[in-house]
Amino acid sequence: MNICVCMKQVPDTNEIKVDPETHTLIRKGVPSIVNPFDTYAQEVGVRLKEASGGKLIVISMGPEQAKEAIKSCLAVGADGGYLISSRNFGGSDTLATSYILSEAIKAIEEKEGLKFDLILCGKQATDGDTAQVGPEIAEHLGLPQITYALDILEKDGEIQVKREYDAGYDMISTTLPAVVTVVKLPYEPRYPTIKSKMAAKKKEIPVLTEEDIPAIDLAFCGLKGSPTRVKKTYTPVREKNGVKLTGMEAADAANEVVKLMEEAKLL
Amino acid sequence: MDFKQDEIHQDILDMVHEFAVNDVKPLAATIDQTEEFPMDNVKQMAEMGLLGIPFPEEYGGSGMDTLAYIQTVEELSKYCATTGVIVSAHTSLCCTPIYQFGSEEQKKKYLPKLCSGEWLGAFALTEPNAGTDASGQQTVAVDAGDHWVLNGSKIFITNAGAADVFFVLAMTDKSQGTKGISAFIVEKGYQGFSIGKHEDKMGIRASSTCELVFEDCIVPKENLVGELGKGFKYAMMTLDGGRVGIAAQALGIAEGAIEETVKYVQERKQFGRRLSQFQNTQFELAQMKANTEAAKLLVYQAACAKDDHENFSHKAAMAKLVASRNASDVTRRCLQLYGGYGYTKDYPIERMMRDAKITEIYEGTSEVQMMVISGWMGVK
Repeated sequence: MNICVCMKQVPDTNEIKVDPETHTLIRKGVPSIVNPFDTYAQEVGVRLKEASGGKLIVISMGPEQAKEAIKSCLAVGADGGYLISSRNFGGSDTLATSYILSEAIKAIEEKEGLKFDLILCGKQATDGDTAQVGPEIAEHLGLPQITYALDILEKDGEIQVKREYDAGYDMISTTLPAVVTVVKLPYEPRYPTIKSKMAAKKKEIPVLTEEDIPAIDLAFCGLKGSPTRVKKTYTPVREKNGVKLTGMEAADAANEVVKLMEEAKLL
Repeated sequence: MDFKQDEIHQDILDMVHEFAVNDVKPLAATIDQTEEFPMDNVKQMAEMGLLGIPFPEEYGGSGMDTLAYIQTVEELSKYCATTGVIVSAHTSLCCTPIYQFGSEEQKKKYLPKLCSGEWLGAFALTEPNAGTDASGQQTVAVDAGDHWVLNGSKIFITNAGAADVFFVLAMTDKSQGTKGISAFIVEKGYQGFSIGKHEDKMGIRASSTCELVFEDCIVPKENLVGELGKGFKYAMMTLDGGRVGIAAQALGIAEGAIEETVKYVQERKQFGRRLSQFQNTQFELAQMKANTEAAKLLVYQAACAKDDHENFSHKAAMAKLVASRNASDVTRRCLQLYGGYGYTKDYPIERMMRDAKITEIYEGTSEVQMMVISGWMGVK
């Protein structure tokens, strides 16, 4: 089974702080990591590959430094990786990003002389939290998609996916090729080994620009190709003007609460 | 002085850090209480290649150097000194002497399984009547024609209860003194070999420190390491390397204690201010940090000197002397900053203080380190 894992390098959210004046993320000096949900997508992909053979390629769109994130995926089981990077791709929203990724996937299939049976993404990235790119890639490629996967089993050229929802999970089957987005798994992604780290370090990561993706239409890429307009970003103000009832019997307090809620037309 | 800190060292450190925080730290308090050897984590470290860091790939090692190994022990010890010493004793005291003094057959037989973690290693020199005076070995090995017969006992052996392979020193010719001591590789399944008393220790409580008992223990002829009568020399050279490992463990304990204390003093309030706002706290932690960084330079210097094949015994002794005293000093002062909470098991600092003490004792006490240093200085 040939697998493509779409990965995003994100700021380590454990380390991130919000500038109290501008309400934007302070990205300076914050270490970058592989989007945690993508590490689960990669792990489930590596396990499928180990069970059934084939190749696992990890791709990422981003600046030069995202090569480091690709290398860390190579150290835990990916066979190859591509960075998709160009000035013309900068400023892409989810629609443009998913378009570029889907065109890149086709170009990589061409280059590698293979067809991907499965395209895996994390359910969302921890910086933007949109959860749109995976499903949009499926639409661009015209493939079936299953989101929020907890596990993927391969059987007779089809896959069975455990799809997580609040009260449990669904079992859904689909033919291949397909796109699946992955949630936090019941098991942790494997650690690299010293040898795999050293081997990954030495690997060259090819960079794909629009020149390497002949079919791409730049009108759908970057800022130009992005219909999303961000009007404003802000941190919600936390107000502390609630009413506190103290020193009352519970029954009296309950009556008082009901009265206040009626006055505020909440009931 | 070149520390040879490459990007790959940082990569390995990042990898070890992630493992230490996710898997080692959460277990540290529990295994301190239960004394349960952390076998799952040892297996995980084996998979990551952390049990054979400084050995060539042809023997199953990770092909890195002493510095990478030392930094691994340091990083693990920040969160759990027990886990740090398990790696240190296995690597420095069992794999290293086999690699350094063993025959090609011995290296091929033992190193791949030790480096892959299939087997765990230990080192046995100390006896009830031969501690700092290690020359007073009473365990004897008698040549019985086609095999050796060992009789005697060893005490305070780190990893003993979990180890598969032991690097054992025994007297082969009493009349020769230290030149009558030889080294043997003993496997745990050998006839006449058994594990004795398990020590109930003050610190590093899950490192499985036990007695070894040899009762007419049959050791194959080919398990003599190197030359007959060279065992004491091999043991002393092995301990030089081991001391860098223990110095790294001590360094990690101090760094871990400072890290925890910095967090604590930023949260704890007294007299309407955070503890971190008191000048005593600031000066105490500043001094501890500076002393710890100074110790770190000595530890890394010793590691790099070993990698450069320089004479490093005095450097190892200085690193261990300074780093271990610093670990005891730092953990004691950090506990004082915690006050009463620090004396409870709700916080890790009392464990760190207990763990620190052993670094001043094992693999040569501080006094032995000073003997080595003064001897090297010509003060004798």
